[in-house]
Amino acid sequence: MGTSRLNHHWSAALKSEAMSIIREGVAAAARPVMLYSIGKDSSVLLHLAREAFWPAPLPMPLLHVDTTWKFREMIAFRDRVAAEADIEMVVHTNRQGVDDGVTPFTHGSAHYTEVMKTVALRQALDAGRYDMIFVGARRDEEKSRAKERVFSLRDAAHQWDPRAQRPELWDLYNARLNPGESLRVSPLSNWSETDIWRYIAQEEIPIVPLYYAAARPVVERRGQLIMVDDERMPLELGETPAQRHVRFRTLGCYPLTAAVESDADSLEAVIAETLAADHSEREGRLIDHDGEASMELKKRDGYF
Amino acid sequence: MSRGAGSRKDVASKDGAKFPSTLRFVLCGGVDDGKSTLIGRILYECRQVFADQVRAVEEDSRRYGTQGDAPDLALLLDGLRDERRQGITIDVAYRSFETARRRFIVADAPGHEQYTRNMATGTSTADLAVVMADARKGILPQTGRHTRIAAMFGVHHFVLAVNKMDLVQWDRDAFESIDAAYRTMAKEIGVSRVVSAPVSALTGDNLRRRSPHTPWYAGPTLLEHLETVEVGRPAVQRPFRMPVQYVNRPDPDFRGYCGRIATGEVVTGDRVRIEPAGTVAEVESILARRAARDGAARGDSVTLTLRPEVDVIRGDVIAAAGDPLEAADQLRARVLWMGDEPMAAGRSYRMRLHTHEVDAWVTRIRHRVDVSDGSELAAERLELNDLGVVNLATRRPVPFAPFAQSRALGGFILIDRLTNATVGAGTIMFSLMRAANLKWRDFSVTRDKRAEMKRQRARCLWLTGLSASGKSTLADLLERRLASEGRHTYLLDGDNVRHGLNRDLGFTETDRVENIRRVSEVARLMVDAGLVVIVSFISPFQSERDFARGLFKPGDFMEIFVDAPIEVCARRDPKGLYAKARRGEIRNFTGVDSAYERPERPDLRLDTEKLSPEECVDLVMRALGSGHG
Repeated sequence: MGTSRLNHHWSAALKSEAMSIIREGVAAAARPVMLYSIGKDSSVLLHLAREAFWPAPLPMPLLHVDTTWKFREMIAFRDRVAAEADIEMVVHTNRQGVDDGVTPFTHGSAHYTEVMKTVALRQALDAGRYDMIFVGARRDEEKSRAKERVFSLRDAAHQWDPRAQRPELWDLYNARLNPGESLRVSPLSNWSETDIWRYIAQEEIPIVPLYYAAARPVVERRGQLIMVDDERMPLELGETPAQRHVRFRTLGCYPLTAAVESDADSLEAVIAETLAADHSEREGRLIDHDGEASMELKKRDGYF
Repeated sequence: MSRGAGSRKDVASKDGAKFPSTLRFVLCGGVDDGKSTLIGRILYECRQVFADQVRAVEEDSRRYGTQGDAPDLALLLDGLRDERRQGITIDVAYRSFETARRRFIVADAPGHEQYTRNMATGTSTADLAVVMADARKGILPQTGRHTRIAAMFGVHHFVLAVNKMDLVQWDRDAFESIDAAYRTMAKEIGVSRVVSAPVSALTGDNLRRRSPHTPWYAGPTLLEHLETVEVGRPAVQRPFRMPVQYVNRPDPDFRGYCGRIATGEVVTGDRVRIEPAGTVAEVESILARRAARDGAARGDSVTLTLRPEVDVIRGDVIAAAGDPLEAADQLRARVLWMGDEPMAAGRSYRMRLHTHEVDAWVTRIRHRVDVSDGSELAAERLELNDLGVVNLATRRPVPFAPFAQSRALGGFILIDRLTNATVGAGTIMFSLMRAANLKWRDFSVTRDKRAEMKRQRARCLWLTGLSASGKSTLADLLERRLASEGRHTYLLDGDNVRHGLNRDLGFTETDRVENIRRVSEVARLMVDAGLVVIVSFISPFQSERDFARGLFKPGDFMEIFVDAPIEVCARRDPKGLYAKARRGEIRNFTGVDSAYERPERPDLRLDTEKLSPEECVDLVMRALGSGHG
């Protein structure tokens, strides 16, 4: 063969790599599932998975761990996705935690995250007996993630042992499992935050409107802008919610997710702002700052 | 915080919505060569470090830093808690960063000798390797090791970063002699594309910013080179090949073949050949969710439909019909061993080659390679982090291309059958012609025909167990019982076979593996001849028993575990072997100083402590049941 017979070289390598990882995981899985956080990375992951198996419907359910403290707009978005024809959405909440009255305000972010996210996730994974768990994690998000494999082995207790990782060469993923073990698969490992935004723009992927700047009621608490999303948020002495033009770079539980002041109300503006940003997106996640190496500890315990 | 030399804004101004090209490179160097500092510095200079991350590093630096009051930029990369404590990088870390011209993914590979496997991991996905040398120390054995491994795993472009130039007063002669020594070594390894740069990771000289200290250096800064070096292989330089990852069958009317194109390109209407079956079809369509496309090329993940419908499964390769792919079951390969247990010839492993999985075993270790100087050494086994050249056999012919032609079709991993750990990584050099020319011939008088003439079903009854567990007694009794019922049998006994066929083999692990292999093959020939074959062999390893089983059709092989506790066997000890082994007069004696792996799922377990030999044989005869006659 001499020169190319193609008019255009389509697709970004990142997209093809992610599709290939998703197909590998599903081909090796007995019970695959995709963790669905409602965030932008989940939206991209879902889009890629649909692309990978089209014209067949998505060959796995989505699993959302609902802490009951997500932004209302997130839940509305999730319910719209769940209503789509090819989607089976499994929603799990740690009922024990709810009954025990565990909230981010009463128990502190570390304990709350443990009960309502980490334990809840373990409960949901055990109940579904899932062996291949697709997640939207990126290596650029956080230092300990930079070392995690694309196919990351968890033992029967969902624990991650950074010293017992399988070497991962080329794109040959060893997805063989002993009884009780599972794999967390990260098709977006090599994507950056900017890549996510570029892809959302290119493919016109729907995302939760909270990512765009708008006037929202917020209070300033210990240097962070916290949105007062519903009446459950206890206001501290002297706090009055004020309308400010803000958006979110990352989404989670509203009491634990700080907003940034912004005028970026379009995709183009968000991309420009991301490229010019001075702070990492995870800075808005209050749980990362619980202590040095806190994310790694949570991961060893099974938090994703 | 002081601002780095560049600005993230100049990235934004360059049409931020478009995906820039990506360069993947691996950074190799010893423990103190300053790899993490180099990457930390580049990220910092490219404004890829966020203010909060720098603040975190400043905090960490006060606790673990090695740079006094200055922020220790290496801490930006050393992500895991343990290594922060020890001050060393223990695993591969991947970082992305972006400049106005390019997007980068860098694998930070550790410098320890014992972590060769991480280095290989980081290298396997890289287009280019940056090898670090300390200006004060020059080229070290590890420099050769890193370059050799990177070359083996498919890297063609090398950059030698001569670091810590500030500590040798930016001495031109020091740099040039290191550069010359490296080029000589690289040439020996077969690497021709080398660029060297004198740098200081600590100060940032000649990383992004041209150094005022090196007016004598005319080459590019490290980053300039990385931004402009051309590593892409043209998409169309090789014929079309796509390993099938997944067969998409949502309903009986649709069958799509999913995969990532390994080499070449495809357009609708192309004629393709399915390997290894050899069937030919035409590409009917190339699907994408939004619109069908008329073509796709190397690196693209696609779904193809074929006309007419042919049988295709995961692990097959769809290839250009006019340029078919090779398939072989005897291969020459380089292997890097990554398992804690050494690799021995004859042990069977799961081999993963593109999307194809097959049982494979090493038939011969040709030599071990000393990765520091490339010399070839005799070896009976490959230990952790050893690199060797081996002959490899696979149970079925596998479709492949030599690694030098295609990383995607010639790179493989070996997986331990028991633990599922990835224990080896290899690259196929070529097929051993033997396999290509010797074809298994099917003759007209078949195994079933021969067995039918004897009015029996041919099978292999494999008795495994410790020495003195009762195998020989049972085998003898069983054969007598079968003979009395008019069956044609043959008994292969471990000790007897060692007097003849396997006289040349000793009792090392390697020899014992070969011992089993030969006996399995002989048993297979005898079953083919229509006999009921009883094998009485200690056969201590599950992988070897699985290997034997794999030679037979399902149901033709019965793994019978002759079970007695080791204390009972040692008490029986008819040949006095346990006593000798305990006195150290016999080495590698199973159960004493060599392991016996109990069968995980034997077809039958005979408890010779509780049951009499007659009762055991009754159980076997019952298990043979109606299928026996």
